[in-house]
Amino acid sequence: MRVRNRNNVVLAGREDGPTVVLAHGFGCDQHMWRHVAAEIGQWAQVVLFDHVGSGKADPAAWDADRYASLDGYADDVLAICDDLDLRQPVFVGHSVSSSIGVLAANREPDRFSALVLVTPSPCYIDDGNYRGGFTRDDIDELLESLDSNYLGWSSNMAPLIMGNPERPELGEELTASFCRTDPAMAQVFARATFLSDNRADLAAVSVPTLILQCAQDAIAPPEVGAFVHAQIAGSRLVTLDATGHCPQLSAPEATAAEITSFIRAAYR
Amino acid sequence: MTAIAGRDPRGQGPGDDGSARPSAAGFPALLEDNLEDLYENAPCGSLSTLLDGTIAKINGTLLAWLGYSREELVGRRRFSDLLTGGGRIYHETHFAPMLAMQGEIGGVSLELRAKNGSRMPVLVTSVVKAGSEGQPPLIRTAIFDARMRRAYEQELLNARRAAEREDERLRQLISKLQRSLLPAVLQTPPGLDSAAYYRMASTDEVGGDFYDLFPLDDDRWGFFLGDVSGKGVEAAAVTALARYTLRAAAVYNPDPATALRSLNTVLWQEYREDARYCTVVFGILTPTPATGGFTAVIASGGHPEPLLLRADGSVHYQQTKGRIVGAFSTSQYTNTTVVANPGDTLLLYSDGLTEARPASSETADGRYGTAALARFAAQLAPTNAADAITAVTDLLGTFGAGLTDDTAVMAISAPARP
Repeated sequence: MRVRNRNNVVLAGREDGPTVVLAHGFGCDQHMWRHVAAEIGQWAQVVLFDHVGSGKADPAAWDADRYASLDGYADDVLAICDDLDLRQPVFVGHSVSSSIGVLAANREPDRFSALVLVTPSPCYIDDGNYRGGFTRDDIDELLESLDSNYLGWSSNMAPLIMGNPERPELGEELTASFCRTDPAMAQVFARATFLSDNRADLAAVSVPTLILQCAQDAIAPPEVGAFVHAQIAGSRLVTLDATGHCPQLSAPEATAAEITSFIRAAYR
Repeated sequence: MTAIAGRDPRGQGPGDDGSARPSAAGFPALLEDNLEDLYENAPCGSLSTLLDGTIAKINGTLLAWLGYSREELVGRRRFSDLLTGGGRIYHETHFAPMLAMQGEIGGVSLELRAKNGSRMPVLVTSVVKAGSEGQPPLIRTAIFDARMRRAYEQELLNARRAAEREDERLRQLISKLQRSLLPAVLQTPPGLDSAAYYRMASTDEVGGDFYDLFPLDDDRWGFFLGDVSGKGVEAAAVTALARYTLRAAAVYNPDPATALRSLNTVLWQEYREDARYCTVVFGILTPTPATGGFTAVIASGGHPEPLLLRADGSVHYQQTKGRIVGAFSTSQYTNTTVVANPGDTLLLYSDGLTEARPASSETADGRYGTAALARFAAQLAPTNAADAITAVTDLLGTFGAGLTDDTAVMAISAPARP
């Protein structure tokens, strides 16, 4: 029960279907998956959660040392699987959660039946011939951005952001919490996300892997998707006709369809 | 728009007083009738993009800030291309998802990167405009020059960081002081089990609860758990005095009632002007290897009665009597003996536990209360020190904001017979 509260674990979809764990990336929370979860939930049991430090995860579980490294988040993923007694689920990770999934899968190679890496990047910073798309200065700027937007995201602001009358289904509570991470926690998660180099972990992946990238992604350029594809033996690379870093928002149907057909093939 | 389309019901022309002043409707239209110019040269940047960020329309003000021509941007570049690297990540990971969910987002602080590489801090507000007949949905964005404001915010930010550093230093200090008043590691008498937990109600102030369990000689151990009135540094000083007075008194004369009388004298002499006093349960414990249990002689100075959780599942409060320590010039204390057999657990706690205000309480004053604690303990018994402390820790967790005072709990148990 503690793990479920800690990570605000939510179960959805069909109880009798195969299990798909959806892990959100840096920035917002499990609601990033709301469209895709609805699609996949028609045939799968969907497990959603918030990383500690994001969304409605228990703030008391925050530990700046533990969550300074992606290993801390990977530990949590495995603990969630243990707690729910998940048998060979598919792990779908967006952005940094791709790397978190890779770490978890390498630690327990029999844990997941398959990995889906959505707009992954094992290393965001350029390094020699490798082009991650960013420099160390860019990342420092981001950390600065997180801090300066603290004023905008402060608690004073929350009451002003009422539910959107045109989208009553979202509710006030959700819009008040979505993407509104405590800036100190966001700083730590941002450092773990954008300063980690997990390129060397890719080759150890031994489960069937689908890589989903967007044709136009301001964060993970196509070369990075190709790099991940080349490093993971037998992986499949699909480029979605979508823009941005979050195809689960910009092209949810296509994203869900690719995940579905990949898993169907894997389970056949 | 209404300024142009609207018509003054009184008709245009001279006002009622016969002067030649323009009408209310005609006045602004005469002065600001060129909407194209109003858009192009507005005092803010204006930008319309497709949902994927592709620039569809951009005004002259923003082009001038950026140093690009319209042809270089419209249909060719996305909004995120105009941002710095860090801003681009922020846009993708926060701005765009929130805009997609809420349909609007306001006052976000970002930096533009101009064609010549220079940067410009801006505040960005975006609204999604739903599509209509043949028109795709658009994102309308207004961008405000925030150079002056950013400089001001930087000052605020620096001040906040300085305050946070000070705050952190204070917390560290308080936490260190608090730890120095509690045993670093709780020792355990041979053949028995012990556990303790301390919960600070606030990280800003040192709490006044204290406890210890320590060897006196080969067969005897001393233990106490108490609560000093008040909080903060003054209370911490009393806590330190009480703690070391009791430890010293126990060595000198291992009789609980005498130890409390000594403490009463010391506190009265030292603090009667300041009305500082404490409640405490003090005990001398002797393991009884022959039975596998222990005997504890205890005395209490106005402290909540300890709970005994028996191996047979029964639970009762160990009756004690004695006045608050340090409140009167002389006070008498009485020893009482607890005999614990295998499977029995002795639980000491401070009133932070029973005085907490849980979300739902059965007592008239909204406190958790001793009756609820007895029922809670009855569900645990039989138990052991570690499990009892874990259970109470979890219980305290459920009180949330209802836990207003520091709380200390300590348990000593005799292992159950296999």
